[in-house]
Amino acid sequence: MTDNASALQLLLSGDPELFAIVRLSLQVSLSAVLFATLIGLPTGAFLALVRFAGREPIIVVLNALMGLPPVVAGLAIFLLLSRSGPLGGLGLLFTPQAMVVAQTLLVTPIIAALARQTIEDLWVEYRDELAAMDVGPLRRIATLIWDARFSLVTALLAGWGRAAAEVGAIIIVGGNIQGFTRTMTTAIALETSKGDLPLAIGLGMILMSIVILINALAWLARRAGERYAG
Amino acid sequence: MFNRRCIIAAAVLCAAALAAPAHAQDKSIVVASTTSTQDSGLFEYLLPIFKQKTGITVKVVALGTGQALDVGRRGDADVVFVHAKEQEEKFLAEGHGVKRFPVMYNDFVLIGPMDDPAGVKGMKDAARAFRAIKDKQADFISRGDRSGTHSAELKLWKIAGIDIAKERGPWYKEIGQGMGAALNTAQADNAYVLSDRGTWIHFKNKGNLAILVEGDKRMFNQYGVMLVNPAKHPNVKKELGQEFIDWLVSPEGQKAIANYKINGQQLFFPDADDPNA
Repeated sequence: MTDNASALQLLLSGDPELFAIVRLSLQVSLSAVLFATLIGLPTGAFLALVRFAGREPIIVVLNALMGLPPVVAGLAIFLLLSRSGPLGGLGLLFTPQAMVVAQTLLVTPIIAALARQTIEDLWVEYRDELAAMDVGPLRRIATLIWDARFSLVTALLAGWGRAAAEVGAIIIVGGNIQGFTRTMTTAIALETSKGDLPLAIGLGMILMSIVILINALAWLARRAGERYAG
Repeated sequence: MFNRRCIIAAAVLCAAALAAPAHAQDKSIVVASTTSTQDSGLFEYLLPIFKQKTGITVKVVALGTGQALDVGRRGDADVVFVHAKEQEEKFLAEGHGVKRFPVMYNDFVLIGPMDDPAGVKGMKDAARAFRAIKDKQADFISRGDRSGTHSAELKLWKIAGIDIAKERGPWYKEIGQGMGAALNTAQADNAYVLSDRGTWIHFKNKGNLAILVEGDKRMFNQYGVMLVNPAKHPNVKKELGQEFIDWLVSPEGQKAIANYKINGQQLFFPDADDPNA
């Protein structure tokens, strides 16, 4: 990004670097939400429906992990992926993939914990019905997830909000490399440190606009889905 | 049925997610460097020139000097480009680096509020200025992050005959962050702060701050570059890394460094030909 240009000017002039940053932010955060959903939804459903010894401590820990500080997640993944760490051979440190891994670690507990609560509440409502239908556990989980889908979207949005907003984890594992691992939030941190506060706040406003836009789209999709589903 | 639709959607998303970050990583190196080289805008100017000539993409991770050297120690960078000679020599002695090449210098400047409560403006002796700040208990922002600038600041306190670890008071604030953050804090606090000249010139939020002390030889800021030792860290891209180092110290690279100017001011002075640098 060139000096003395406001964020709005950059946006209007279609600055390619700005667009690359926005695209990377979305790629990383949405990939993290996808992987966190694939892990978190089944985990949440399992915890909601299956009773086993140690279940309650696990739920407490899961709820607590919703508050996992990004910088701690980042440091843990950094040590894991560093060349001197156990997974150093993969050469993933300072890549977008490492950022996805770190954010998946942050988002999974949010989606799993919120899904667990949502599905458990629904389960109380549906228990007799599902018991009468005499279906297997996998089928039950699928039915409950499907019927809770509109509430679960909120869980996904909460998870995505976390990923889109955080800077602590991705700046450690991504390194904020220009043109490669720089995202909206790390760019804002960098411009702040350069003392270019107008550009930093401009970038912040663009990020907020994107977050609002995506939430609006999710809302419309939910509305359309509810109409369609009756 | 819904689950088929879901599976297809998930598969498409999955493929997109996996495909997206898979950039072609043909010729690239990771350079661990300092916030001053990034915040001053030097890399944004130099790297495109180098890339055009060699096709090598240089990925810069900007940290404090101490942290940048740690990244090198772990084998997570191919090249380290920092500014704290003693720490660099220690890095070499530990066997983490191959050889140190001096590249360029700029200098540190003492920044402070224009109304100058410690009365240091125009002093040519940095140690005297530091003593005056301490005597007046004027607010002072320290990087506190083992960076090259932090090392230089600690050295100046020592030269001034002050044991800052013991004699510090509430006026002395360690923020543990980069140069830009330290300048932002000093601006907000009306405090003194030691900065490298490059970051200061490039810094946009100067407010009521100004350069008060400059030109003392002890405020010299030498940059060196080292290839991380491939014998210790086999993943290091030694040919590409060495190519970058060779270019930095070549007449062409040195000229490019000298050509980087902001508002007509030269920020860095190449000195690869000075064996003592």
